[in-house]
Amino acid sequence: MHEAKNLKEYRKQCQESLDNEYLRSTLDKFAIAYRASRNNAFADIDIDELIADVAQMKDDTLKQLDHYLDQFTRQAGAAGVVVHMAEDSDHANRIIADIAHQAGCRKIIKTKSMTAEETHLVPALEREGLEITETDLGEWIIQLRNEPPSHMVMPAIHLSRYHVRDLFSDITGRQEDEEIEKLVKVARNQMRRRFAEGEMGITGANFAVAETGTIGLVTNEGNARLCTTLPRVHVALLGIDKLVPTVGDALSQVKVLTRNATGQAITSYVTWVTGANECGAGDDERKEVHFVLLDNGRREMVEDPLFSQVFRCVRCGACANVCPVYRLVGGHKMGHIYIGAIGLILTYFFHGEEYAKNLVQNCINCEACKDICAGGIDLPRLIKEIHTRIQDKDGHPLPSLLLAKVLRNRKLFHSLLRSAKWAQKPVAGNDGFMRHLPMVFFKEHDFKALPTIADKAFRDMWEEIKPNIAEPKLKVGLFSGCVQDFVYPEQMVAAVELFKDHDVDMVFPMAQSCCGLPLQMMGERKASRDVALQNMNAFVKEDVEYIITLCASCASHLKHSYPVLLEDDPKLRPDVESFCSKVIDLSSFVHDVLNVQEDDFVGDGKKVTFHAPCHLCRGLGVHDAPRNLMRIAGMDYREGAEEEVCCGFGGTYSAKFPELSEQLLNNKIADIEGTGAEIVLTDCPGCIMQIRGGMKKLGKDIEVKHTIEAVSERRKKK
Amino acid sequence: MSTADTAIEKMSDGERFSAKAEIAGAVVSTISSFDEAVAYAVDLCQKRDLNRYEIDDSGVNLDGVKKTIAAPLLHEDEYAHLVETCADRDISCIRDGMRSQLAGVDIGLTYADIGLAETGTIVLNCPDEELRLATMVCEYHVCILPKSKISADAYAAESQLTAFMLDSPTYTAFITGPSRTADIERVLSIGVHGPLELHILILED
Repeated sequence: MHEAKNLKEYRKQCQESLDNEYLRSTLDKFAIAYRASRNNAFADIDIDELIADVAQMKDDTLKQLDHYLDQFTRQAGAAGVVVHMAEDSDHANRIIADIAHQAGCRKIIKTKSMTAEETHLVPALEREGLEITETDLGEWIIQLRNEPPSHMVMPAIHLSRYHVRDLFSDITGRQEDEEIEKLVKVARNQMRRRFAEGEMGITGANFAVAETGTIGLVTNEGNARLCTTLPRVHVALLGIDKLVPTVGDALSQVKVLTRNATGQAITSYVTWVTGANECGAGDDERKEVHFVLLDNGRREMVEDPLFSQVFRCVRCGACANVCPVYRLVGGHKMGHIYIGAIGLILTYFFHGEEYAKNLVQNCINCEACKDICAGGIDLPRLIKEIHTRIQDKDGHPLPSLLLAKVLRNRKLFHSLLRSAKWAQKPVAGNDGFMRHLPMVFFKEHDFKALPTIADKAFRDMWEEIKPNIAEPKLKVGLFSGCVQDFVYPEQMVAAVELFKDHDVDMVFPMAQSCCGLPLQMMGERKASRDVALQNMNAFVKEDVEYIITLCASCASHLKHSYPVLLEDDPKLRPDVESFCSKVIDLSSFVHDVLNVQEDDFVGDGKKVTFHAPCHLCRGLGVHDAPRNLMRIAGMDYREGAEEEVCCGFGGTYSAKFPELSEQLLNNKIADIEGTGAEIVLTDCPGCIMQIRGGMKKLGKDIEVKHTIEAVSERRKKK
Repeated sequence: MSTADTAIEKMSDGERFSAKAEIAGAVVSTISSFDEAVAYAVDLCQKRDLNRYEIDDSGVNLDGVKKTIAAPLLHEDEYAHLVETCADRDISCIRDGMRSQLAGVDIGLTYADIGLAETGTIVLNCPDEELRLATMVCEYHVCILPKSKISADAYAAESQLTAFMLDSPTYTAFITGPSRTADIERVLSIGVHGPLELHILILED
């Protein structure tokens, strides 16, 4: 459970998790195994179509939420269920405690329910003198340790068989074996009596079907079946977001849920409870059944045009499974109650800003969660938006304000960068890296060597190097982004040379500035919009067919965020659409548009590997173009492990969470080394800064280059 | 898609059901009569060890405990045949009173209402509590699935499922393979709170 008071304390807690080797290796293994089993589970299914269908179904449900709530309540009521509406956590807990008292129940058996975690139901009932046993194996283990879950689907993933052996030995009073099969049998033995004695069963629900008044439970162990059958009272606590209109809709949700959660085609049990069933322990042989429908901030989300998409969440936990930060720090640090990307968002709505304010900053914006989400939710964007809202309300921190002020004014920003060239002189080495970090950086940032500002910015050399194309085949605009403009202008030059060979006429509008992504990352939405408008206006007058950027993050931001940032002014729409449709990344342009051929290059068979920038592979959906280019240009491309996992740069993230950034970088470098390549190529100057700096710091002699540099160097001389 | 998966896609619903159920850890056989199901259940009961769980302070005492097959909701003549077959094998049969058997029964013998080929799932609509409990507290679940009741997938059975649930109250169970968990170190382990084994007998009809 995340309860750090400030960012500094939170970083310290993250460091503790980083130092937990068991946790780290478990989560590493899981991250890799999960990918494989998920791919397998979706092998014969059109994933995108299924996800889009479920998202559409949930969106449609939301539009008529009251209608379906009413229908569900009527149908469940007709089948003998008492349906309660709970405003918030306290209200839900009160209702459930009262049900227990009125029915004279003391012994409660419970299944895993994130909604019950959300309301802190168990401690609330314990304060009322009730005795609750968690019956899900993982939940029981953490209950014995008095801990919250660290994953939505696998609550005890942070614990080893040895932890469990010791806990179980305490329970049984004899030394238990650590063999997992035997530990599971201990739980089976211990739990049967608790099932038999349970007077009330508490469950959550994975879905609630309006047309039949049914709730559904998706489980593997079989405890939910016993909890909903043996006790004379059954209470299900569920959020109003669990509603689906029909049985068929529920089937679609199950189909995507189990596959996305654990890579299972279906769980061992899917249990559909409709009405007050026959129950030998109940009055008149009938079970007393209550459904408690919880709001607790959900209505507020529905009414928010941006956040209503959160209703599509099916609580599969996949956003944690693929999150590189979760993988490093685990669920206790990557969430308050709800975990992973969705957890950061739900924390804000369900538990408040105080718990969310540090967490939302720990998103590296790699988009892995968005890519895997069963509901197609734009998680990174929502996380950024919450960060912005919190800052707008509580005030912006000084560095963030300064950044906004500087970046809004292009001339000020660029003259600062130019003067930084002189300011860095005393600490700049002659190898393009800083010798010591200037004072503005903290010592924690020392895990990578930082580059110096180039002697001459690309914009300052453009007039000299601008080629004159006699018979242009194409006319394009170059968007350099700040890093390639001021730090790595040679990458831009490499592109210009290759384009020239292919008769591409180029323009470089001087009014362009930073793309604005760093502002977005810092929660400076207004400044981010101003910069977007400046950049669009810089290009809109130019008669170009493509706008090319060598930075995947810039490209993805220009293409996907500008329409959102500028949507408030409908007059801008035609220009925005035209601008965005022209934006293309370097590799796609060279591969798909210029359509370069092996014959254009002199290959040398150098062993190279690739690091896929997050905003290239996920942000733009580009996978094959850069890898094909390496082969076409005559290099020996070797595929590395986890090429599409973030390198840890994340723009300002690496300055905010240097410890986590460093670990992600070290993992990346290990994967690169594993290929035996002499050169690693990538399509983003930020990734280059991160990986090159790490290689330098660790004394590795693997070259780090932009794909365009390696490709352009191998051009046949014309 | 691997060649194995492609092969499964080309199968008939019946073949696909068996393949998918086995992937999920069920044991699947084909039978041509109810009598064969009885023979199968009795044989399995004899092969497996007797086991019971503590449900109160009296603890577990296996002395004098007979192996038990619970078979609620069988037709009269079918149940009679089961009782007859068990009589000379020292196995007791029950069809009700499951709440007094929470320490466990050896075999639960049931009929499935639907089979879903896509996932190898059996569907039991069980408003009857005896049936429900038999499928939960048995060590080994033996379920007869008439071949004609196999659907391609859950969507193909949607109207039937909806009809079950509109006839409330009811309790509809999708069961796929044995009870399982991966809660300790993500290692798959079979048999937590539910049956240790699921045997599906596809009845040619």
